[in-house]
Amino acid sequence: MNKSKQGNGIIAMSFIVAIMLTALPLPDWAVNWRPAWVAIVLIYWCLAVPDRIGIFIAWFLGLLLDVQQGSILGQNALGMILIALLTINSHQQMRAYPLLQQAVLVCFYLLFYKLIMFLISVYVGVDTSDWTYWMPAITSMLLWPWLFIILRDVRRKHRIS
Amino acid sequence: MVAEPHQSHSKFIRSFLTSLVYPIQYVVNLPVELTEWASKTLVTHNTLLKKNEQLKQERLILSRKLQRYAVLEAENKRLRELLESSFEINEKVLVAELIAVELQTFRKQVVINKGLREGAYEGQPIVSSNGIMGQVIHVGPFSSTVLLITDSNHALPVQINRNGLRSIAVGTGNNDKLFLEYLPNNADIRLGDLVVSSGLAHRFPSGYPVGIIEKISHVPGEPFAKIMMKPSAQLSQLREVLMVWPNETAYEINKYLDDSTIELMK
Repeated sequence: MNKSKQGNGIIAMSFIVAIMLTALPLPDWAVNWRPAWVAIVLIYWCLAVPDRIGIFIAWFLGLLLDVQQGSILGQNALGMILIALLTINSHQQMRAYPLLQQAVLVCFYLLFYKLIMFLISVYVGVDTSDWTYWMPAITSMLLWPWLFIILRDVRRKHRIS
Repeated sequence: MVAEPHQSHSKFIRSFLTSLVYPIQYVVNLPVELTEWASKTLVTHNTLLKKNEQLKQERLILSRKLQRYAVLEAENKRLRELLESSFEINEKVLVAELIAVELQTFRKQVVINKGLREGAYEGQPIVSSNGIMGQVIHVGPFSSTVLLITDSNHALPVQINRNGLRSIAVGTGNNDKLFLEYLPNNADIRLGDLVVSSGLAHRFPSGYPVGIIEKISHVPGEPFAKIMMKPSAQLSQLREVLMVWPNETAYEINKYLDDSTIELMK
């Protein structure tokens, strides 16, 4: 089997699950704490197989997310592209970091992503002044070590590289 | 991105992408659908009988009201004919169901399971059994996104049912609060007044309840009173909604209103 084709289905599946988790209804108090699922799964795959998951896929994911979320077309797409770029550029160093340090870096990437989303929201006139707006970066950081281990096991089991 | 709301070809892209996302949303909604189905199927005989009895009584009361309504409508029509203004209150409606998926936080939007196939269009008014709920902003083949009237970017023209005073109801981002704007401090408004849509702007049909005045406060030095109202539609607990295809009603009524105000001013 062609090495570069192997596991495409698994990667696509992980993104679909991530979008489903984003769409899952939560109680009102928990809504703003929802981790940025698609973004962290994207970070993982950019880290693990940077030659396969690139800007184009990030852009497409962002568009899907925009449609799902009802935001302006291209808003999340821009954010996803930036996340993919940051991760691919730093994947060598990031791989060498211990999990906790990776998590902190993920937190910074997501804060940057949320900042871009925030600026666009301000421009469009959506009120996002609540402090919980920034919470997904924190919850994603806390979740990162587990996500990393789970996806790594999946990746090894299916020999995706 | 900035141009998106103003470009027509981006609508096609969004519509296409929506059909890709719809299966995902459908799967997310499945558990809700299943519990609904289970609670419908697994009821006792007694409950059904009781419910049936209750519905029969309700129907009796409603049909009594409807008899009077028919007479009133005929009378209204006659009076309007005297005023040479046409009036039609029948609109085409369709029942749609909400899909339980989460959208962008900080915005008030919901997804419904009717789209282009059923003839939904952008800007279409959506009402519930108790009042106006919102309008369609994106249409996909099988689903559409509805912006609720409580979104902080939403405004709709309204009037006080008691005296016809016109205003604009602006969303606050909070599901049980709307602001009434541009009403002077001495405006004739009381707590508990019913606010209905005025049909100006030709988007929402006129005469649907929007909310009830809940709080009036006068800020010294401000030209306008701060008026808060509670939406009539229970926006956070709805499951079934009505899509409305309004006809020219709104326009006709406005013409009549404007003519009469002009005459009053003379």
